[in-house]
Amino acid sequence: MSETHIPDLCARVAAAAAAKTPLRIRGGGSKDFYGAASTGEVCDVAGYSGIVAYEPKELVLTVRAGTLLTQVEAALAAERQMLPFEPPHFSAGATIGGVVATGLSGPRRPYAGSVRDFVLGTRIVNGKGEDLNFGGRVIKNVAGYDVSRLMTGALGTLGILTEMSFKVLPRPPVETTLLFEMPEADAIERANHWAGRPLPLSATAWQDGLLRVRLSGAESAVRAACVKLGGEEVAGAQDYWRDLREHRLAFFAEGRPLWRVSVPQTAKPLSVGSGQLIEWGGGLRWVCGDIDSFALRSSAEHAGGHATLFRGGDKAVGVFHPLKPAIAKIHKRLKAAFDPAGILNPGRMYNF
Amino acid sequence: MSAVAAIDVRAQVFAALRAIRPALTVIADQEGLKPFETDAFISHRETPMLAVLPENEGQALAVVNACRRHGVPIVSRGAGTGISGGSIPRNDGVLMVMSKMRRVVEIDPRARTAIVEPGVRNLHVSEVAAPHGLFYAPDPSSQSICSIGGNVAENAGGVHCLKYGLTTHNLMVVRAIDGDGDVIEVGSSALDAPGYDLLAVITGSEGNLGVITQVKVRLTPLPERTETLLAAFPSVRQAAEAVGEIIGAGIIPAALEMMDRIVIEACERFMKLGFPTDAEALLLVEVDGGFEEAGAALAAVRQVLEDCGATQVRIAADEADRVKLWKSRKGAFAALATILPDFYTIDGTIPRRCLPDMLERIVEMGKEYAMIVGNVFHAGDGNIHPCIFYDANKPGELERSEEFGGRILELCVEMGGTITGEHGVGIEKLRQMCVQFRAPELAAFHDVKAAFDPAGILNPGKAVPTLRRCSEWGGTHVQGGRMPRADIPRF
Repeated sequence: MSETHIPDLCARVAAAAAAKTPLRIRGGGSKDFYGAASTGEVCDVAGYSGIVAYEPKELVLTVRAGTLLTQVEAALAAERQMLPFEPPHFSAGATIGGVVATGLSGPRRPYAGSVRDFVLGTRIVNGKGEDLNFGGRVIKNVAGYDVSRLMTGALGTLGILTEMSFKVLPRPPVETTLLFEMPEADAIERANHWAGRPLPLSATAWQDGLLRVRLSGAESAVRAACVKLGGEEVAGAQDYWRDLREHRLAFFAEGRPLWRVSVPQTAKPLSVGSGQLIEWGGGLRWVCGDIDSFALRSSAEHAGGHATLFRGGDKAVGVFHPLKPAIAKIHKRLKAAFDPAGILNPGRMYNF
Repeated sequence: MSAVAAIDVRAQVFAALRAIRPALTVIADQEGLKPFETDAFISHRETPMLAVLPENEGQALAVVNACRRHGVPIVSRGAGTGISGGSIPRNDGVLMVMSKMRRVVEIDPRARTAIVEPGVRNLHVSEVAAPHGLFYAPDPSSQSICSIGGNVAENAGGVHCLKYGLTTHNLMVVRAIDGDGDVIEVGSSALDAPGYDLLAVITGSEGNLGVITQVKVRLTPLPERTETLLAAFPSVRQAAEAVGEIIGAGIIPAALEMMDRIVIEACERFMKLGFPTDAEALLLVEVDGGFEEAGAALAAVRQVLEDCGATQVRIAADEADRVKLWKSRKGAFAALATILPDFYTIDGTIPRRCLPDMLERIVEMGKEYAMIVGNVFHAGDGNIHPCIFYDANKPGELERSEEFGGRILELCVEMGGTITGEHGVGIEKLRQMCVQFRAPELAAFHDVKAAFDPAGILNPGKAVPTLRRCSEWGGTHVQGGRMPRADIPRF
C-alpha cells in the first residue's frame, strides 16, 4: 500500500500506533541493506513524490520524500546546480527521503559538507500520526530546536519524512582528477596538508598505493591547483568517482562484510589486517573482509571515531557503534517522545 | 513559594555553592549581582538569586548538581551580547557565568581544529589560528567580545554565512552538562557520530539542553585573496535583483550585504566615506578563496552589478580601502544612533525574492507607526535587520517599537520565512514562536528539552513558549488536535 496523501499517512500511523503494529518505512528500497534488520508492515512512501518548489536563485529546493534522487539531480543539473553532499544512490529507485533518513554523503562531503549541513527543513509524520513542520525554506533560521537535522540520519525511527528543503549550490564549472603514487600514511598526511590550504579540493581516495585527488572550481583555479599539487592528470575520472560513490569499484565486490570506519581525518593508518579504501581526506576508511568486530570497534574508538557494519556480515554484533550510557539515555527519551508506541522502524538503528 | 521559603532556599543553595571544593566565586550581594541583570536585550532585566563563576567543568558540574538537589533553575551566560534576552537571569535561579572558563585547550593545525572553553572570545579563536593559516569562520558582528559558548547556544551567524555556514556547520564536538547532571559529549572528532545528531540539536538550543563546558571547532584555511566591491543602485528592487543574479551566475560570495538610503545617509553623516547619498541601496560584495578563484569571481560579480544597473561600482584597491568599505557596514549601527537615541534591531529571514516587497511594507508600516526604520542586512541569505528608531524617554515609544517589530516578524512568517535568522528567540520572540509553529510542533520542542533536562532546570521559560501562553496570546496556530493541512490535494 502506497500513501500519496499526508492525512492518509497520518491516519495509518495513528491506527498502527493504537494497534502497536510496527511499520517498516520504505521509499525505493535502495538502502534496505543498511541498518539492522527491520521488521513490520511495509509503509511505502515512494508515492508521495514531486518537487514542491525550486528557486535556483534562492539556492533552495523543497521536495517530497518519495521523489527519485535521479529526478532531483536532473532538475538541479538543468540549472547548473547540485546537492553538494553528492549522495550515493545504490540503485535506480533511490528516493530523496532515503538520502535524508540514512544521512549518507558521498566523496565531496569533507570539502562541501554533509547531508545534515544542507537540510534546511523537514516535514514529518511522527509516531502519533501528527503532521509536523520543522526548520524552513530559508538559509538562516534559528527558531526552535533543530529537529530537521535531528531527523537526518535517524533512519525513520523518530518520524516518517514527507517533505524536505535543502540548500543547494552551483555546480563547479570544471573538475579534474590527479593521481599520485604513495603509501597509505603519506596519502593521509598529504590530504590533510592540502586541506589546510585554500585549494579547490572536492574529493580524495586512496587504495593500493594510489591516491586520487579531485579538484573542482573555476577553470583558472583548477589549473593553478594542478600546478601546485603536481601528480598526473587522469582522463575520464568522473566514472571512478561515481563508481566509488555507488560502491561499484572492485573493492566493494559483494559477498564480504563491509565496514565503514569513520575516524578523525588525521588518524594514523589502522592496522586491521585487511584491505582498505580511504576516502574523505583520511576521515572515512572502508574495510572489507571478515573482521573481528570487537577489535575493529576498539581501534576505531581509540582513534577517536566509530565503526558501522555497513553491508553484509553478522548483524548480531550491532550494526552501529554502541552509544555511551548518557547519550543512549537521551536517545531512548527522544524515541519514546516522538514514537511512544515504538512502531517506526523499531530496531533499525539501535535496540529501541 | 512564600517569601520566607524563598529566603530559606536561597540560604541553602548559597551554602551548597560555598561548600564546593575547590572553591569558586559566588556572588550574593545586590551590588555584585547588578551587572548581570540583563544581556544585550536591555529593555528587560531581573536580578539573579545568586551568580557563580566556575573556572572548570568540575565546578560547573558541582553547581548543576547543587541546583538540581534544591530544584533551583540555572541560567548560563557567556559575554552577555545576546539581543533576544536568552541569558536574562531569574530571581529564583542561579546565574552561571562562564567568563572564567576561557582557556584555549588545544590547536591542531594539521586536523584544522581548536578545542576551547566556552568563555573564549570568538575573535580570539581566529587570532590563535592565524599563524597556522587558519581561521574560525562564523563572525557575528559582536565577535570581538562575544564568546564561543554563547555562539553555540545561539547558533550564531555573521556576515560570511552564505559561503562558510553558521556555527552549526563549524563544530565538531560539544561537551555539556545535561539536566540530569551527566557530562555528555555530542558530535565527534570524526566527520560524523553514531546515533542521532544531538550536536545539531544542542546547537542553537539557547542554554535549554545543557551547560556547555567545552567546544571543538572546525577551522578553515585563510583565503589567499579577498576582493571587496561596493555598488550603488537607484532602487532597492534593482539591488535585490543583482543579488539573485550574482548567485544565478554560479558565484557564492563570502559576503553580500545591503544598506538602504536611511542607513547610507547616516553613515555619510557619521563617517564621511564619500558614498553617493542619492543611491537608494548599496550592495557590499566580498569574494574570496584561492588567488585565481577570487579573481575569476571578482570579474564575474563586477559584470553582473553593471548589468543590473549599478550607478557606481567601487572595488577596494588595497587592504586599507577594503577596511574603509567595510566600515560602512560594521559602523552602520553606530551611525544609526545619530538618528535617534534608541533603536530596536529586528532579526528575521525571508526568501530573498521577497526582499523588495518586504522593504516596501516596512516603509508603509513605518508611516503607520510614525517611526523611522533603517535597513542594513545580510542580503545574500535573506536575513533582514530592520532598525526601528525611538526615544525611550517618550512614554509608550518602546512598546510601540516592539509591536512594530512583532508585526515585521509575523510578515516574515507570512512570506515563508522565519522569526529569527541568527539572534535567537530568548524571551523576545516567544510570542512569535506561537505564530511560526503549531501546538504539536511546540510540544515536540518541549519533548526534546525533556530528553536532555527532564526536571526543566536549565534556562526554563526561554526559547520555546508554553502552549498555555500561546493560547493566552491568541496565537492563530494553536488549535491543538485539528488535522493540519487537511486541504493538501491528492495527486
